[in-house]
Amino acid sequence: MRTKSIIVEEISKRYRIGLQEEEHDSLAGTVASWIKYPLSNFRRLRSLSKFNENGTDQDIIWALRDISFEVNEGDVLGIVGRNGAGKSTLLKILSRITDPTSGRVMIKGRVSSLLEVGTGFHPELTGRDNVYLNGTIIGMSKKEIDRKFDEIVNFSGIEKFIDTPIKRYSTGMNVRLAFAVAAHIEPEVLIIDEVLAVGDIDFQRKCIGKMDEVGKSGRTVLFVSHNMSAVLSLCKSALLLEDGRCTAIGPTEQVVKKYLGENKKLMGEVEDKSSDTEGKKLKIRKARLLDEHGSVCSEFNLKNKISLEVTFEVIVPGRGYNVDFKVISLNYGNVFQSNYMDVNVDEKRYQYWEKGVYTYRIDLPVGIMRDGDHYIQIVSAVPMVEMLDVFDHELYFRCIDVDSPEVKLMQGRSGPIYQFLPWNKVNHSDNKISQFDDTQYSYP
Amino acid sequence: MNSDQKLTIIKPKSGWQLIEWKELKEYRDMFFFLVWRDIKVRYAQSVLGVGWAVIQPVFSMIVFTIVFGNLAKIESDGVPYAIFSFTALVPWTFFANSLTASTTSLNNMITKIYFPRLILPISSILSKSVDFAISMVVLFGLMIWFQVVPTLWIFFLPYLILILMITSLGFGMWLSALTVQYRDIRYGLQFGVQLLMYAAPVVYPASLVPEQYRLLYALNPMVGVIEGFRSALLATNPMPWDFIITGTISTVIIALTGALYFKRREKYFADVI
Repeated sequence: MRTKSIIVEEISKRYRIGLQEEEHDSLAGTVASWIKYPLSNFRRLRSLSKFNENGTDQDIIWALRDISFEVNEGDVLGIVGRNGAGKSTLLKILSRITDPTSGRVMIKGRVSSLLEVGTGFHPELTGRDNVYLNGTIIGMSKKEIDRKFDEIVNFSGIEKFIDTPIKRYSTGMNVRLAFAVAAHIEPEVLIIDEVLAVGDIDFQRKCIGKMDEVGKSGRTVLFVSHNMSAVLSLCKSALLLEDGRCTAIGPTEQVVKKYLGENKKLMGEVEDKSSDTEGKKLKIRKARLLDEHGSVCSEFNLKNKISLEVTFEVIVPGRGYNVDFKVISLNYGNVFQSNYMDVNVDEKRYQYWEKGVYTYRIDLPVGIMRDGDHYIQIVSAVPMVEMLDVFDHELYFRCIDVDSPEVKLMQGRSGPIYQFLPWNKVNHSDNKISQFDDTQYSYP
Repeated sequence: MNSDQKLTIIKPKSGWQLIEWKELKEYRDMFFFLVWRDIKVRYAQSVLGVGWAVIQPVFSMIVFTIVFGNLAKIESDGVPYAIFSFTALVPWTFFANSLTASTTSLNNMITKIYFPRLILPISSILSKSVDFAISMVVLFGLMIWFQVVPTLWIFFLPYLILILMITSLGFGMWLSALTVQYRDIRYGLQFGVQLLMYAAPVVYPASLVPEQYRLLYALNPMVGVIEGFRSALLATNPMPWDFIITGTISTVIIALTGALYFKRREKYFADVI
């Protein structure tokens, strides 16, 4: 039997959200509240860390409730769930940033979390200084950093600027240096929360390589992500969190299917109306799937046309905004990806976006898609610089194969794409090819 | 589970527990780099650089000498008022700066990564000791200028400095833990420190304090430290043992309660900051 690396026993965590403010409709009441204001404020602030033991308080939320699981040494466990399901809280407890309200966790060996890379980085210090500072903060000793320093700098790819204050670095360089330090910590347990969203493609490849290495070297990895294809390819098993409870744990495919499938209705239209746009330059507002008549739809005949319509709001005008979507098949993983800059990239990367709401419509290449359930994830970023928005909602649609040959032949077909190829007959006598008569061929 | 690797157990922390020295020791490198960062960053991109560590107490001394020494004619135990006040300003400036630094020491780093939280206030205070060392050098320079001969009690200074450090740390732990939840501490401290200065013999000699209030007065550990500095370096009075012993006791109490309070609040830091 393999040894356990992490044992989590019934952990719960509660948070207190701010108490409701009293409202006054009279001048006297308002004046009185001003006088009482410091006192009530004191009570409110104090209550942030005080709880009634009977647990009937209105403003308490349980971010996690009775979570138990075990992870074997060397396993890569994926943690999936919607926003607010408690994933971050769980990671915070496992990385010891906050204590659980009840329950117990046992972890063997050094834990390192990539919840946030570059903690403690100071803009006035040089790259070299920051490597040491950040390295010791995340738990390396000076000796260890001395030994790995060249490797870290090589990995980051910014050898030339290592003695420059990092305030002169670009955002990308900053992240690369930070990730390089984090990637060299060699912990027994590594906790990762979607840090791969930044950096250029070359660097991302390096990071994934490093993660693979970590996984293969017998370390235990906890991986939190919204990216189901990454979870499917990196994790053997997964855990699903829903409203602070663990609702599924087991082989990744099953858990991901449960997360995406059973609990999810087909969605042909999703919208984000929230007004919380603080710090956002761009917000993806709405996405719709339209059939050939232009009406919202979530089940399609593979023969017909499907269009995706994306609406986003530019909040802060700027250059270089890109929007990008992925179509993911539940059975085959990531099918394809498309982005705004695909066509005319040289012109579009310098495009200036005025404040306002924009809508784009894209025809999906249904002809090559397989039947089955698919979902679409939409994100926006300035390539190589920053993430702008990750759309919280996913479109979820089903492609139905009404009259494909295998339905008629009562036979299955394998592979991630559909292609109907003409079989041209070659004549044995003169090696001539007789053209396939495609006037009869009506399938896309 | 086999036992060759460190086993971490995470569970709700309960009750009152003291400082975990072993863990602090494991993080000594982080400690060193945080102190070093504070020092290096503080005077980055400034023309005078470390000179600022000298300017603050020296200018206070000049103003005090004019206002309290020359205009108000406060007595200064028989030594020039300038050196009289500067001897007090050196430990006092360290104390005041430490308190201010500790209230801002718990930053949002604690919501991102685990490390012993105590490192932050301690390192913020330790980084101020460089300023302290520099102004000590200035103090010795002034003593030569004013031709003041120190007593043999100069060898007692390390003890006084230790008390100074522990007092700063004790208050630092209290204040940093309180500031996380109550921002008022940070704002209040700005002028609180200025007012507190008058509760210590910085601009006047402790001999002005009426006899019956001496014990109460000495509860402020800075009284023993400052008067001890003056006795050792300026030979103004015999060593004020009553101040020093009372001050030591209250320092130990402040530091112990500070450590306990900090430890007790620690688990909420990441949730309420």
